[in-house]
Amino acid sequence: MSLVQGAHSQTSQPAGARAALLAWPEFNKPAVWLVAVILLIMPFIANGFFLIEIFATTLILGTIALSLMFLAGYGGMVSLMQLTVAGFAAYMVAVFGMSANTNISLGWPWWLATPMALVLATIFGTLGGALAVRTEGIYTIMITLAIGAAFYYFTNQNWAIFNGHTGINTIATPRFWGVNWRSDIPFYYVTLGVAAFCYFAVQYVSRAPFGLALQGVRDNPRRMAALGFNVNAHRVAAYAFASFIAALGGVLQVWNYRQISPGSVSVGACIDILIIAVVGGITRPVGPFIGAFIFVILRTFALDLLVKFGLDGNRFRLLIGLGFLAIVFWSSDGVIGLWERWRRYAAAVDKRTSGGHGHG
Amino acid sequence: MDSAAPRFSAVGAGAALELRGVTRLFGALAALTDVTITVRPGERRAVLGSNGAGKTTLFNCVTGDFPPSSGTIRFFGEDITHFPPYERIRRGLRRTYQISALFPGLTVRDNVYLACRGVSRGRFSPLRPGANDALMHAAEALIQAVHLTPLREQRVAELAHGQQRQLEIALALAGAPRFILFDEPAAGLSPTERRELIAILTSLPAHIGYIIIEHDMDVALRVVESVTMMHNGRVFKEGLPHEIEADPEVQELYLGAGHA
Repeated sequence: MSLVQGAHSQTSQPAGARAALLAWPEFNKPAVWLVAVILLIMPFIANGFFLIEIFATTLILGTIALSLMFLAGYGGMVSLMQLTVAGFAAYMVAVFGMSANTNISLGWPWWLATPMALVLATIFGTLGGALAVRTEGIYTIMITLAIGAAFYYFTNQNWAIFNGHTGINTIATPRFWGVNWRSDIPFYYVTLGVAAFCYFAVQYVSRAPFGLALQGVRDNPRRMAALGFNVNAHRVAAYAFASFIAALGGVLQVWNYRQISPGSVSVGACIDILIIAVVGGITRPVGPFIGAFIFVILRTFALDLLVKFGLDGNRFRLLIGLGFLAIVFWSSDGVIGLWERWRRYAAAVDKRTSGGHGHG
Repeated sequence: MDSAAPRFSAVGAGAALELRGVTRLFGALAALTDVTITVRPGERRAVLGSNGAGKTTLFNCVTGDFPPSSGTIRFFGEDITHFPPYERIRRGLRRTYQISALFPGLTVRDNVYLACRGVSRGRFSPLRPGANDALMHAAEALIQAVHLTPLREQRVAELAHGQQRQLEIALALAGAPRFILFDEPAAGLSPTERRELIAILTSLPAHIGYIIIEHDMDVALRVVESVTMMHNGRVFKEGLPHEIEADPEVQELYLGAGHA
């Protein structure tokens, strides 16, 4: 038996058991198709308010939280600066593109300003990541939070580029092929397309060498080094990938609101992204979108509900906070974790009842 | 790797691993003091010694997990003293860990696939492996070699202790190893698993040398041709297995201490 030569010479065997790895095992589930169809026909079901305020907003926040899920779930790195990267991209769209603040905005067309914003935000996030990967655990959280806080205060105080606390308003959105892409239905499809692209990119990469190695780094960085991997380089690359996703979310967000101000990149907003990702679950890419949906629903309707009960509507954060507490307390992997446990439980009960039936 | 054979014969003249005056301090404590060891390519050696003799620290210095405080380490003639661990691994050095250091969240196959990927190109590849991915085949072959094929889809966290130890060895055999450091590979194995381990070690291609730390003399002395005895961070004695076994000083130090 020669272990090592064997490992190198066999290359022509049929790959039966590996078939699952090849393409897209995710497409085998009917639930995936059902959700995809519902999302695609949503404009025919929902009115403009639901389409934008609920679903497009969910998809945008979900995309930003997805970038955190990628870092935290696969890389074991909890980054609180993902919203900051998104906000940076949003500011860059405003600065390079067109807005009411003509003294600041350079007036580039959207197809030039958007890639510029994406590239700069990715570089920004990668540099932040390069600082953060030198630390582990709580120190990563602290460094990324510090970057987020620093960016917030910087935008507040810098008037030359970020226009201080008033921010930049009436930012131009794309119009081409005779379509105003910010009108409700086209914009919904744009966000859906971008969110789907990011979702599948994360899902796909998680089974590719880059994503697998990242999970190896999460489980045991020392062993990864002892297998020939440059652990820090891998972590920085993960930040680059996540930053690009966050930047896409940021561009969508600035197109959605058509304005950007320091309030959008506040520390509170950074923590909202963490809450969204954790409530949804950071073990799978779908988690952040579920978390974002819950967050948006609560933010939109809890206000009316609380007022109805004679409470201050601004307390909707109390509900989110309590929900967050409950999730962290009962299910460390979020709503997905609850769902999976419930399925396992149901399957076990099913087996037990059918087994009992056999005896009787 | 057709070019592997001539490369090995070309370096055959020098040492595979050469430690010269290696010292490792942890604060005031000297875990290793002035250790000088030379191992030929293809040589198989046991490192013996009681707990705290510095055996695992020696491994950590060689792989770069902790760099030595002073001294030089050469690997096939190249000074690797200041290389990061991954550069040493890419040059053909491998190790296993005393306490299994695996990726519990991943499947057996993904663990071995990562080991194969770590010593080849495309570590950052964002593309999933295709139907005829050579490294995936290599991983399957390694899994087969350590008898884990039926469990390849299982998450490593669910494996039994002995299976995890076998996986440890598979990870160290990935790619084209030139020299392997085995840190107590038989720890916690059943007698049957020990026999399998011995079979794996003795069937390694002749050009692959290794150092094995092993308390079980039956395993250690059956799979090596030379022995280094360590004591208190120093090399205490070197010799052939039967010489070391018969040495009264060694018996007093090692077996005596072991029985106490």
